[in-house]
Amino acid sequence: MLQIKNLSASVDNKKILKDLNLEVKAGEVHAIMGPNGSGKSTLSQLLAGKEGYTLDGGEVLFEGKNLLTLSPEERASLGLFLAFQYPVEIPGVSNLYFLKSAYNALRKKRGEEELDAVDFMELVKEKSKLVEMNESFLTRPVNEGFSGGEKKRNEILQMIVLEPKLCILDETDSGLDIDALKVVSKGINATRSKNRGIILITHYQRLLNYCEPDFVHVLYNGKILKSGGKELALELEKHGYGWILES
Amino acid sequence: MKTKNHSIEELTQKEYKYGFVSNIEMDKVPCGLNEDVIRLISAKKEEPSFMLDWRLKAYGQWLKMKEPTWHNLHYPPIDFQKISYYAAPKSKKSGPKTLEEVDPEILATFKKLGIPLEEQKLFSGVAVDAVLDSVSVATTFKEKLGALGIIFCSFSDAVKNHPQLVQQYLGSVVPYSDNFFATLNSAVFSDGSFVYIPKGVRCPMELSTYFRINTQETGQFERTLIIADEGSSVSYLEGCTAPIRDTNQLHAAVVELVALDNAQIKYSTIQNWYPGDKEGKGGIYNFVTKRGKCKGQNSKISWTQVETGSAITWKYPSCILQGDNSIGEFYSVALTNHFQQADTGTKMIHIGKNTKSTIISKGISAGHGQNTYRGAVTIQKSAENGRNYSQCDSLLIGELCGAHTFPYLSVNNTSAQVEHEASTTKIGEDQLFYCRQRGLSQEDAVGLIVNGFCKKVFKELPMEFAVEAQKLLNVSLEGSVG
Repeated sequence: MLQIKNLSASVDNKKILKDLNLEVKAGEVHAIMGPNGSGKSTLSQLLAGKEGYTLDGGEVLFEGKNLLTLSPEERASLGLFLAFQYPVEIPGVSNLYFLKSAYNALRKKRGEEELDAVDFMELVKEKSKLVEMNESFLTRPVNEGFSGGEKKRNEILQMIVLEPKLCILDETDSGLDIDALKVVSKGINATRSKNRGIILITHYQRLLNYCEPDFVHVLYNGKILKSGGKELALELEKHGYGWILES
Repeated sequence: MKTKNHSIEELTQKEYKYGFVSNIEMDKVPCGLNEDVIRLISAKKEEPSFMLDWRLKAYGQWLKMKEPTWHNLHYPPIDFQKISYYAAPKSKKSGPKTLEEVDPEILATFKKLGIPLEEQKLFSGVAVDAVLDSVSVATTFKEKLGALGIIFCSFSDAVKNHPQLVQQYLGSVVPYSDNFFATLNSAVFSDGSFVYIPKGVRCPMELSTYFRINTQETGQFERTLIIADEGSSVSYLEGCTAPIRDTNQLHAAVVELVALDNAQIKYSTIQNWYPGDKEGKGGIYNFVTKRGKCKGQNSKISWTQVETGSAITWKYPSCILQGDNSIGEFYSVALTNHFQQADTGTKMIHIGKNTKSTIISKGISAGHGQNTYRGAVTIQKSAENGRNYSQCDSLLIGELCGAHTFPYLSVNNTSAQVEHEASTTKIGEDQLFYCRQRGLSQEDAVGLIVNGFCKKVFKELPMEFAVEAQKLLNVSLEGSVG
């Protein structure tokens, strides 16, 4: 599904990603762990199409298509979804309206019929139960005045509604208390399917207790230093990132 | 960044959708202004002598006045002798009484603008007093309104059929000596709308006038007078589009509103005149004086405007809160794109006790657009417990535009409370990226963000107008993203 080959990228002449390789197949859940400044967020933003990064080499294929030449909305319509580390506020635009606009924009691009307000409302109501959001949530402006936990749950709701093929979750667990973490994990687990790839970017093992990854990768200084199964995350938790460097 | 700016430009390079000229025979007075021209206008309109006297007094005053320069607008000097001060569609002696009698080409023009008169007459419940250039050509729903004693007609008809009302209220809010452009209007105004709502009557439908500028180099001098008698209420809609042309057109309208005891007037405007092309060539110069007087106790006047057109906008819909407990409101969205300039805002003059006013202004600047909010809140000594709340927000799209805010506050009573909030934001790259990541195109993302920014104002518009306003904003912004 996703193939990252020798990807190198920089920001303001500073090399952030160096010869990074990663393959994610449908049905797999990959966790990417790493200390601050290792390039985790750069990777997720680059994959989603944020401007401001210089590509120094390598390529990214998404279902065989060259991802890096596409606009963010084209990537979205192919089925790539990024749950933001810092979800953005859009004053005056209701959560429901925003989600419906996005949902129908994606459907339109795929040549599918748009859903009307009534049908969409039903769909969202059903899905929002999964992340334990009540209806008043939907009429509030996008992320405005939301708590940290609410913002993250909102990201998960969007993901569940938009049904992407590849989900990249950028530190969705950071800043969550244990209850919110459980709700978010429930949402992520509901998203797991054999047709879908998931990349969990995180600092901590904590999330992985609830969402068990198939693979764990350690990103350090722009490179994947070590890959393994879920037990790798436990080792990291025990020994810290320094352990990888030494071993 | 470069690719981004490029796409911003592309998006803003949107041509005016409603540009065309219709070929209607015009009865046009030669260019220039002098006493004879004013006498001619008055004679053509078969006005009573009090109107001519009033016009001549205004003209005499105008000769002594200077064009204002305090605004934050830049344009070449206007040669007032190069303007023709009167144009009317050639009539067949008496005006049309039904739609069937209206020049088919005029009707076709309205259709192009999406104003299905016949349909509206049948279905929508909106009475339309359509103004093509300077003379009203069609009025619907007159009879239905007439049964309630409501007068909704062209200004010329009002002068002929209701001279006592016109004489009593004309100039009572905007005197003929008020300001350079209003005074010019007083001297030469050609036509406009007149509304009178009798005591205790709630007007059962939105009253609506579509203005359209049609003859090249014809100044437009509309005059509107709305009187809401005791305990009555009315909602009035004004919407405009104009065809593409090369030479700048002057428009200097005057709107006067009078609300007596317990009366309410809601005046909504969508202004979408030709803004000039991408280089800033052409476009309408819009110098408007709009003012309402809450003359009676517990009266209320509410202005809502969505200004997206014109090369130059100079406009300050204001309220004189004379009656005790009266309320004034001003809700505004002003958008400037390409080389458009807007200097707009409001004046709230508190005179009566317990008077309240609210100002919500949303300025959006894109391209090279320059947007100025200018507002004055005055609490006079007599205005015990006067209250004002003002909120002025500016949104910038791109790197080359500008937003300016000039709030003036004058408080002369210690019991008054005046609040002013202001903000200036840029459409964030983060916001755009967030929307696009979810699948929205750059254009749709900007539309979404801007409409969210304007929501407080749009919700004050009548329903069908609010939908139009959102569309209009999106069309006007196409090509402006940042």
